[in-house]
Amino acid sequence: MSDPMAEIRASFFIECEELLEALQDGLAAMEGGDNDPETINVCFRAVHSMKGGAGAFGLEQLVRFAHRYETVMDEVRSGRLVPNSDAMVLFFRAADVLSDIVRASRDGDTMDDATIEAVLSELEALAGGAVAAEEEEEPADFQPMTLSLDFRAPPSLGADDPWTIRFEPMRELFASGNEPQHLLRALAALGKADVRCELDAVPLLDALDPEGAYLSWTIVLESPSSEDDIREVFDFVDGICTLTISGGSGAALPSLIDLPDTVPDDAESDTSESSGVGLPDRAVAGAPRITLTEPEEPQAEALLAEGPPMAENAPKPEGTPQSTNAPEPTKAKAPPAKPAGAEMGAKATAASQPKPTVRVDLDRIDRLVNLVGELVINQAMLSQSVQEANIPSNSPVSQGLEEFMQLTRDIQDSVMMIRAQPVKSLFQRMSRIVREASSAVNKRVRLVTDGEATEVDKTVIERLADPLTHMIRNAVDHGLESSDSRLAAGKSEEGLVTLTAAHRSGRVVIEVSDDGGGINRERVRQIAESKGLIPEGLAMSDGEIDNLLFLPGFSTAKQLSDLSGRGVGMDVVRSSIQELGGRISISSDPGKGTTFSISLPLTLAVLDGMVVSAAGETLVVPLGSIVETLSLRDNEIRSIGPGANVLHIRDSFVPLLDLAVALGYRSAPETYEGSVVLLITQEDGTRAALIVDTIEEQRQVVIKGLQDSYGHVPGIAAATILGDGQIALILDPVDLMSQFNTRTGAVNNTIELAG
Amino acid sequence: MGLQILAVDDSRTIRDMLKMALGQAGFDTNLAEDGLHGLEVLSGLTPDAIITDINMPRMDGFGFIEAVRSQPKHRATPILVLTTESAPELKARARAAGATGWIVKPFDPDKLVRALNTVAGPGAA
Amino acid sequence: MTDKTDTPGGTEDLELLSFKVGEQEYSVDIMLVREIRGWTRATPLPHSEDYVRGVINLRGAVLPIVDLACRLGLGTTETAERNVIIVVQIHDQSIGLLVGAVSDILSVSQNELQPPPDLVNNVENSFVKALTIVDGRMLRVIDLNAVYPNRDGVAA
Repeated sequence: MSDPMAEIRASFFIECEELLEALQDGLAAMEGGDNDPETINVCFRAVHSMKGGAGAFGLEQLVRFAHRYETVMDEVRSGRLVPNSDAMVLFFRAADVLSDIVRASRDGDTMDDATIEAVLSELEALAGGAVAAEEEEEPADFQPMTLSLDFRAPPSLGADDPWTIRFEPMRELFASGNEPQHLLRALAALGKADVRCELDAVPLLDALDPEGAYLSWTIVLESPSSEDDIREVFDFVDGICTLTISGGSGAALPSLIDLPDTVPDDAESDTSESSGVGLPDRAVAGAPRITLTEPEEPQAEALLAEGPPMAENAPKPEGTPQSTNAPEPTKAKAPPAKPAGAEMGAKATAASQPKPTVRVDLDRIDRLVNLVGELVINQAMLSQSVQEANIPSNSPVSQGLEEFMQLTRDIQDSVMMIRAQPVKSLFQRMSRIVREASSAVNKRVRLVTDGEATEVDKTVIERLADPLTHMIRNAVDHGLESSDSRLAAGKSEEGLVTLTAAHRSGRVVIEVSDDGGGINRERVRQIAESKGLIPEGLAMSDGEIDNLLFLPGFSTAKQLSDLSGRGVGMDVVRSSIQELGGRISISSDPGKGTTFSISLPLTLAVLDGMVVSAAGETLVVPLGSIVETLSLRDNEIRSIGPGANVLHIRDSFVPLLDLAVALGYRSAPETYEGSVVLLITQEDGTRAALIVDTIEEQRQVVIKGLQDSYGHVPGIAAATILGDGQIALILDPVDLMSQFNTRTGAVNNTIELAG
Repeated sequence: MGLQILAVDDSRTIRDMLKMALGQAGFDTNLAEDGLHGLEVLSGLTPDAIITDINMPRMDGFGFIEAVRSQPKHRATPILVLTTESAPELKARARAAGATGWIVKPFDPDKLVRALNTVAGPGAA
Repeated sequence: MTDKTDTPGGTEDLELLSFKVGEQEYSVDIMLVREIRGWTRATPLPHSEDYVRGVINLRGAVLPIVDLACRLGLGTTETAERNVIIVVQIHDQSIGLLVGAVSDILSVSQNELQPPPDLVNNVENSFVKALTIVDGRMLRVIDLNAVYPNRDGVAA
């Protein structure tokens, strides 16, 4: 088991992410005109909670920033500051910085102080001087957790220089739930204590206010503790009791205020120079005199408990005038007051929380996902056996199997949903990208999001962040026109970027659109031609031109802006989407804007595939990469060199690859007449054709990685297990094409037969 | 057996830390996420002491303390306030609401346990 | 990962699973054997080494199969029903060894094991880490780490 503190620390950063999300939500609501005081409260609490946790881990920078941010928020909360839109921008920026600090802290880093100070000083300028004034005393409150406070060290006093402490509770002390008995015990824990209870002030019974305070104590304490240590014991009752501390080696008593009758112990205090000599004997006459040491003696407790009524609630059944809310210490001697069962019951109560959620180790979920994968395979195998056994479909076996299939599918869906998360966190990160990107290019941009609750596999979300970031930056940087052009085109100065997510027929569709000028197709074509990406004068549809954007190295920016030159192009975006089993498409309307649409599988654990056979081997081709299937005629094949063929289809030529040859299952046959061709989209938007023998079926397959058991196989993405229990390989068409590029037969000599 | 404690804080991290610190001291810790939840949990308990945060959703710490004190059963139950500020006004306000004492976050586990012992007795050491 | 045969001391018994590859008898430390199963057709992996016969489904896991005869330079195993796959643990993962047939479980003591003679140009020899004589037969102990070296994507 790992260090519990490290676990809490990890959990703290997860909580921070949630709090940052709540903060973003709250700020967005405020920006949208939400005046509910609870909204700013939520923001305040989010920052405040981060500060509280950060303090515990000594994350000084996070504490400091959160504190000052929170202080300005408090101004809003109290109504002293009404944020305008500029202020909201600042609050958002501060939230961004806060999120950076959280991440830096998590990774054991710190942020550049200048960046932080810049935002903070702008924030504090908003709130005016009141905030800055408060600043000075604060940092002392947020020291990281320390292990100081050892009562016994260093010794400041010899054991033979005892302290004399006089403690006289006021009635408020009892009302606050404090209990002299516990205070005295805590005091006794500092050393050897001689406690005398003074009963003089106790009135006759009929004059006795049951909630009054009549007792006082004089304690002689032999302890190396300092006066501060002693005062710390009485910290909670400061102001609701009369406390005098004297003794030590003539310890100064300036702090002893309200004490007419300070009592140095006559017997033991020899060098005391303190005032107020006399009266102890009178005070203690007839009073119980006991000595408390650690651990407490039952007798001491009993004697202490003997006193006349202390403040107490309504009459107790026991009729004991002195009793406390807490269990009597003496009860410890009695049979266990709280059986183990009570403890369990209490825990069960605590478990019934308002929004019950369970945090589960991801490994456990993955194990469950794997097991369900097994179940799906097993069920498919069973179905196949039943089919082969010629069992009639109306038999109970077949019907039972039908239900089993349905259940299996439901279980699979439910298990996949465990890994699913709303895209909200991802979208929130994008709103920051928009803020940063728009300020970098000096455009006014508004981001509108929709479908934030749409759930996608956790891994998909994580791996979507980079491509989406790039697309959003592109939309701001290249998609939207400059303010001047927008105004000239009769649009509002503020550009609009829309980010939406939705479930559509078993997939997740995420769209990024802008209301900019649309793709300048003439210019795109020119660039592609000038870079030699396409032959000059090639007839191309609008869609084909738009797809040129996905060509490696393509950039339409006239100049390198701040955002460009990051070395990421749309080709990389496309391949990251494809790695997730997704597709990306583009559509553009001149003058009105451009939309990029990403379609993704709901999960990475299963895949929609086309099961095909090639040279007797069964293979799965991801459905997402197949554009179209055709039946092949020999006269459609054109040879363009030794072993290199292209397919002539609808006035264009597509590179042709024989799958069985490419994978080394056989050498090229005499004829392809009657073979099936799968038209595949390649990474760069161009197409390729793949020859297979037959198409078996379309089905969902459970993905089994090969990487761990064997390693990477060129052209192969993963494996799966089919209904007959056999392993089938899942193709990686893009990888395959790049390995064998247009060569139908020439790969023969480089590949040895593996089977 | 140690003391039975009810700890109310909306921050999971602080709850985790309280649970760890109190658990190591042998205390039986019950947790709640805000004031209202705290009252729900309290209805099934007779804790030796209560620890509560101030800034919480639904019902804040002051409201929670008042509600606890209004129950005869808990009139004298020690209540410690967890606070990030040590400003005297806050202490005054906490006391006015009926708190017994306060702990400044980030808390030192040993000091927390000592404070609980100071207000609620030692349990069985 | 160290094999049991590396244990110092050397007098305690070692249990070996012996099996036939071609006409020769080999063995592995039985502690590394997970299970023995009948032959099923393996799905070939494109572009793999010639001794990798492909992968099979072992209760939902993808298990690579090494043709031991091929690996030892004794020619490709002609697969038949009587062939068996010995599932062994190497580098924290499982692989299947395709062998002719399993013969016996033998107990030998560590100090009966001898290092193989240092012969040059003997492919087979580089996969044998010890020899011993049992009932007059020579038994070769296979060095699994050499048979299936650690590769990409495999935790060491």
